Amino acid sequence: MKIIVSVKQVPARDSALRVNSAGKWLDESDITYEMNEPDAYALEEALQLKEKLGGEVVVLCAGPQRAGQTIREALAKGADRAIHVEMDEEGPLDALATARLLAKAVAPESPELILTGLQSDDLGYGQTGVILAELLGYAHATIVMEVEPQGSAVRVKRELEDGWFQNVVLPLPAVLTIQSGIKKLRYATLMGIKKAKTKEVKTLSAGQLAADTSSTTVMDRVYLPQRSKQTQILTGDAKQVAHQLVEKLKFEARVL
Amino acid sequence: MSVLVILEERGGKWNRLSFEALAAGERIAGALGAPLQAAVIGAGIEKLANEAATYKIAKIFAVEHDLLARYTPDGHTAALEQLIKAQQPKVVVFPHTYQVRDFGPKLSTRFGKALISDVVDIKTAGGQVTFIRQLFQGKLNSDVRAAGEPEFVSIQAGAFRAAEPGGEAAPVEKVAAELEPSQIRTKPEEPFREAQRSVDLSAADIIVSVGRGIKEKENLPVVEQLASVLGAELAASRPICDNGWLPMERQVGSSGQTVSPKVYFAIGISGAIQHLVGMKGSKTIVAINKDENAPIFEAADYGVVGDLFEIVPAIVEEIRKAKA
Repeated sequence: MKIIVSVKQVPARDSALRVNSAGKWLDESDITYEMNEPDAYALEEALQLKEKLGGEVVVLCAGPQRAGQTIREALAKGADRAIHVEMDEEGPLDALATARLLAKAVAPESPELILTGLQSDDLGYGQTGVILAELLGYAHATIVMEVEPQGSAVRVKRELEDGWFQNVVLPLPAVLTIQSGIKKLRYATLMGIKKAKTKEVKTLSAGQLAADTSSTTVMDRVYLPQRSKQTQILTGDAKQVAHQLVEKLKFEARVL
Repeated sequence: MSVLVILEERGGKWNRLSFEALAAGERIAGALGAPLQAAVIGAGIEKLANEAATYKIAKIFAVEHDLLARYTPDGHTAALEQLIKAQQPKVVVFPHTYQVRDFGPKLSTRFGKALISDVVDIKTAGGQVTFIRQLFQGKLNSDVRAAGEPEFVSIQAGAFRAAEPGGEAAPVEKVAAELEPSQIRTKPEEPFREAQRSVDLSAADIIVSVGRGIKEKENLPVVEQLASVLGAELAASRPICDNGWLPMERQVGSSGQTVSPKVYFAIGISGAIQHLVGMKGSKTIVAINKDENAPIFEAADYGVVGDLFEIVPAIVEEIRKAKA
C-alpha cells in the first residue's frame, strides 16, 4: 500500500510564545520546533500499516527550510522517502492555501491512502486533510481511531462526541485524519537515524507547484488573551501558597 | 444577503451547540443588518424544523432527502452546496461539532473559501465582523476576517449562551435536495458506545484533575495523594488518558465527561478549550501551572504559578494539618 503522511512542524509545546513586533505572528527567534503531535500519530499508523501490508510510506511536509529536521525525524522512524514543499512566506498560510500546495505535490504520486493529524497544535484549523481530499477528489474520514484496510476500501473507527463511535467504510484512495493517542509512538533507532541520511528528500518550491496560495481569510492580529475573570493568584513559597489556598478554600469558598 | 445558521441533528435530536451557533448568528446578523435564517438537514426532520421556527429567525429551510438520513460528508456537502448556491447568504455559521469538522472544510472549499473554524468570540464595528479564534490551544488569540463571500465560520462550544425561542413562528421552507446514491462514497455504520462507564465523575464533590504537567506516569502518586486526602475523584485531561496513564473514563472535556464539582483542582493542565468546556461549570476552580500565560488561569478562581511537584505536596501537608 502506498501511503502519504502529511506532517507539519510546529513550535514545541513548552515554547514561551511571544508575538512579533508587527503583531501578526510569533517572534520566532528563540523557538524550538517539533513534529505536530497528531501528525506523529498519523506517521505511526502509516508505519504500522506498512509493516503489515508492505508498500511505501512517503512523508509530505510544507514548511520553511527548518522543517527539514522534522522530515529527517520521520525518515529516521521508518518512512521511505520525503517531499518537502519549501515555503518562505512570513507568517502562516490559511488551510485552503496550504492544502492547495499539498494537493499539487501529491497528485503525481497517486497514493492509496493519505494520513495526517486531525489538527495542528499551532493554528488548530483542523481542515487541511479534509480540504486535501476535496481538492484531489478522494473520500475522507476525520478523527480516526482505527484503520483496517479491506482490499480496495478501508474501514475506520471514527470518534463522535460524548463517548460515541462509528465505523465507516470508504473506498480508496482516501484521506484519513488521525486522532492523537491511538497507538504508542516509536522512537527513532540509531540505525534509523543513520539510514535516514541516505533517503531521498525531494524539494519542491511553492513557486514550482504553481498553486493558488492567495488567502481567503486574513489574520489581522495575534495577541495574548485578556483576562476577564478575577483570578486570585497566590504568591510565596510552596508552603505559604499552600497555607493561603487551604485558608481560602475553607473560609472564602467554604468548600473544605 | 442573509446570515444562514446550519443547525445539527442526529436521529431526530438536536445537537445543543446548534443554538449557541444560532446565538452567534443573531449577533452577526444584527451587526450586518441582515436577516437571520437557519437550516436543518436530514430525513424526516419536519418536527425539528417546526421547533426551530419558534426561534428568532426570518426563515428555516428543511433540507430533506432519504440519502441524508444518516450523515455522510458527501451527502451533507452536496445538499448544503445546493442550498447556499440558491440562497447566496453572506455568512454561513456552523456549530463547531465533530460533524462540522468532518464536512465544513469540504463545503467551504467548493466555494473557494477556507472555513474560519472554532470561533470563540465576535467583534463588530461599522458593519464589519471580525472573528476571534484561539491559537496554540488557547495560549494566544487571533482576529480573523474573511476575504470575500460567502464567509464560513464555526462556533466553539460554550462561547455563546444558547439562543432562546421567542416571537412568532418563522416560515418553514421545504427543500428537496438533489442527490444520487452514487454520490455517497462512504458507508457509515450504526454509531455505538463502548463499555458503560463505571466512574461517574459528575457526582463528585471534589475533583483533582491532572494534565501533561505531571510529565510521567510514575509521578501520578503526587496528585493521587491530594485526591486521597481530600476524598476526591481523580480525573485527567485528554493526553493523560491517551497515554494510558489513567483510564479513558476519567477524562474531563469535550470528548470525555462534563463535571461541575464544588472544587476542581486543575494540576499541570494548560486549559485548552476542549478541556475548559468540560469543567468550567465547577463552583471553585484551583489551577496550578508553571506557565503564567496558561489559559487555565482565565477559568480559575485561585491560581498558583509554580512547580506542581513542590506545591501539591505542600497542599497535602496543609490539608492534613487543617484536618488534624
